[in-house]
Amino acid sequence: MAILRNKLRRNKLRPFGAACYVGLAGFVVLAACLGYGQTKNTCLDCHSALPDPLGVSQEKFSQDIHAQMGLTCASCHGGDPTSDDPDKAMSRKAGWKGKIDRKQIPDLCGSCHSDPAYIRQFNPSLRTDQLGQYHTSVHGKRLAVGDTKVAVCTDCHSVHDLRAPSDPRSTVNPVNVANTCARCHADAGYMKEYSIPTDQFAKYSISVHHEALTVRGDLSAPTCTTCHGNHGAAPPGVDRVENVCSNCHTFQAQMYERSSHKKAFEAASLPGCVVCHSNHGIVLPTDAKLGAGPEGVCMRCHTPGDSCDQARIALLSSLNRLDEAIKSADHVVHVAESSGMEVSEALLGQDQARDSLTKARVTIHSFRQALVDQDIQAGLKIAAKNLQAGKAAMVERNHRRLGLGISLIAVGIVLAGLWLYIKKIES
Amino acid sequence: MSPLRDVRNWLDERIGWDDLVAPLRKKTVPLHRLSYWYFLGGITLFLFGIQMVTGILLLLYYRPGASEAFESVQYIMTQVQFGWLIRSIHSWSANLMIFTAFAHMFSVLFLKAYRKPRELTWISGVILLFLVMGFGFSGYLLPWNTLAFFATKVGTEITGQVPIVGKPMMIFLRGGEEVTGATLTRFFGFHVAVLPGLTTVLILLHLLLVQRLGISVPPKLELQWTANPSAKREMKFFPNFMLREMMAWYVALGVLGALAAVFPWNLGVKADPFVPAPAGIKPEWYFLFMFQTLKLIPSKVWFIDGDILGVLAFGLAGLLWVLLPFFESDQPSHTKGWITGFAVFALAYMAGMSVYGYLAK
Repeated sequence: MAILRNKLRRNKLRPFGAACYVGLAGFVVLAACLGYGQTKNTCLDCHSALPDPLGVSQEKFSQDIHAQMGLTCASCHGGDPTSDDPDKAMSRKAGWKGKIDRKQIPDLCGSCHSDPAYIRQFNPSLRTDQLGQYHTSVHGKRLAVGDTKVAVCTDCHSVHDLRAPSDPRSTVNPVNVANTCARCHADAGYMKEYSIPTDQFAKYSISVHHEALTVRGDLSAPTCTTCHGNHGAAPPGVDRVENVCSNCHTFQAQMYERSSHKKAFEAASLPGCVVCHSNHGIVLPTDAKLGAGPEGVCMRCHTPGDSCDQARIALLSSLNRLDEAIKSADHVVHVAESSGMEVSEALLGQDQARDSLTKARVTIHSFRQALVDQDIQAGLKIAAKNLQAGKAAMVERNHRRLGLGISLIAVGIVLAGLWLYIKKIES
Repeated sequence: MSPLRDVRNWLDERIGWDDLVAPLRKKTVPLHRLSYWYFLGGITLFLFGIQMVTGILLLLYYRPGASEAFESVQYIMTQVQFGWLIRSIHSWSANLMIFTAFAHMFSVLFLKAYRKPRELTWISGVILLFLVMGFGFSGYLLPWNTLAFFATKVGTEITGQVPIVGKPMMIFLRGGEEVTGATLTRFFGFHVAVLPGLTTVLILLHLLLVQRLGISVPPKLELQWTANPSAKREMKFFPNFMLREMMAWYVALGVLGALAAVFPWNLGVKADPFVPAPAGIKPEWYFLFMFQTLKLIPSKVWFIDGDILGVLAFGLAGLLWVLLPFFESDQPSHTKGWITGFAVFALAYMAGMSVYGYLAK
């Protein structure tokens, strides 16, 4: 070993230094090979340093789903992104389009998104009818006649950092849709010339649908696009309101179809569900809607004391009867449960009784006493059974405590006997 | 001649009954101001007896298996005559037994009853406590409710943290990678066959050693009585101490009955392996101090995984606890105060961590 070391020194050989040089050369070759395969995109070199509205940072663009799918600036804006010379890169000769005119945006997006063969490469389940739908929408129609204030693709979907709708940060994620629409529709100044209300978002924000979507995180709860459509955005129209609501509230719609209100509302050109429930500001309905108080809706049209008012009172009374029966059974069953009694069957039964009440509240939309009574009677029967089970559990609890008292007296007597016996044998 | 005496004579002629019970007649119990601590071992034994009887009664209706266990316990509690009482007494008695076993162990520790020649009594007693905790762990799963399911999942996961043997041990306990019906039948087997067999043998050994070595006296008193034998005070084990012990058993029976009648043991909701674990899930109170400690240990301590460190620390502490008598002097005049200090620390730590664990979210 020592001989080899001396020989290396004498010949001025430095093995460690040589290894470093070979490694560095290899790294350079590897980096060159890797760089060779990449497409050059010089756009961001300048635009990442420019202020808004021309600035697009590398970080922002990397979030864009198009960039992630391999599309570049040139895919929309044209030009030659491989050239370092700005004049060549942004020359009309190279197909550069510059800033896309608002009127052209839907057609530009549609050039890819309406091509099923092209879209299939990235996402086979993505629809390709957006542009066609957009042309049927109020937005699309107004754009066609030159109104550039209406929404185009980029207004809702954003641009340069466009995310998939399933991404919670996307402006068109179900949770964010209402805020996105509200950017224009809640702006009274912006909407002034259209003569439509701008309180939809404020009303929707206090609605049961908004609460379900944002508080309970139920992504199936409706937002603006659920009722109005998205790309084909249009007001539902008076004669179609129940068709929109019935997409989710199927049973209520079936009952409403059988009710006398259906024909009466149609004859009076009244907007179905909206008459009683309103539209954007729908709050959780209570039985008070059937009442004659401030929350009641029937007496807005009906006359006190008429046959319909009598029917209303009968329906309300049926609902109240079942509600009270459930509450009474609940009280007894919960007291029994808190006493440690096994009443899980009765508790499960209470859920069934509550289901009957919910069903009756749905059947109310038929406004037929006989139909409602079927659900009410079923619920009353279950609630009565549960009440009985709760009472039996309480009787059993009292028996147990009586048994305990007697047993403790017996134990006490034995203890006293033992104590006396000990005293006797020890004396 | 009374029938009882006839039976006794009959037994004496055949198996020498009088010779067999002679040691019991001669056996005495030291009488001093701390004598009442001697009742704790007997109460624990009485509660074990209750467990045996109520456990056998529950066995008549209990069906092990993920699809039947919960329903069978529900049936016991709602349909079987006095089934609720038997199950509640079994559950409450299990908890009381673990409590009295702990109390008995600490009383032995503070009265220094573990000293030579009672090392084996201590060792068998500590192993008995571990077995009793094993009863608690295995029995907790048997009703197959949500809390039991997830507590077993967490508990067996902790076992899996033991280096080298942890993972195979966890799979052995679970009967697979996950807590399933196989775990339930396995725990049932441990609970009704393996643990009772081991415990019965160890209890017999423990009682034999107590009988053979007599009851210990605190070192200070031992010195006083050695210096002045006339000051020594004793009570006959039979019938004087036994009658008092019976009084303690009756009190325990009354307490058990009251707890079972006023606070019947809850059944909970049937376990569903596909739902997420309930928030803030905790083990039974006797495992809480270990659980809370493991929660407080950082995920990495230097280069060692926090959980592994915690499990190893508890394993080492358990081993040292078993071997505790070998660190003590066998001379009453040379007893080591640090052992008492260590016992006070251990008791305070266990109590403090349990309370912290109970209150922590």
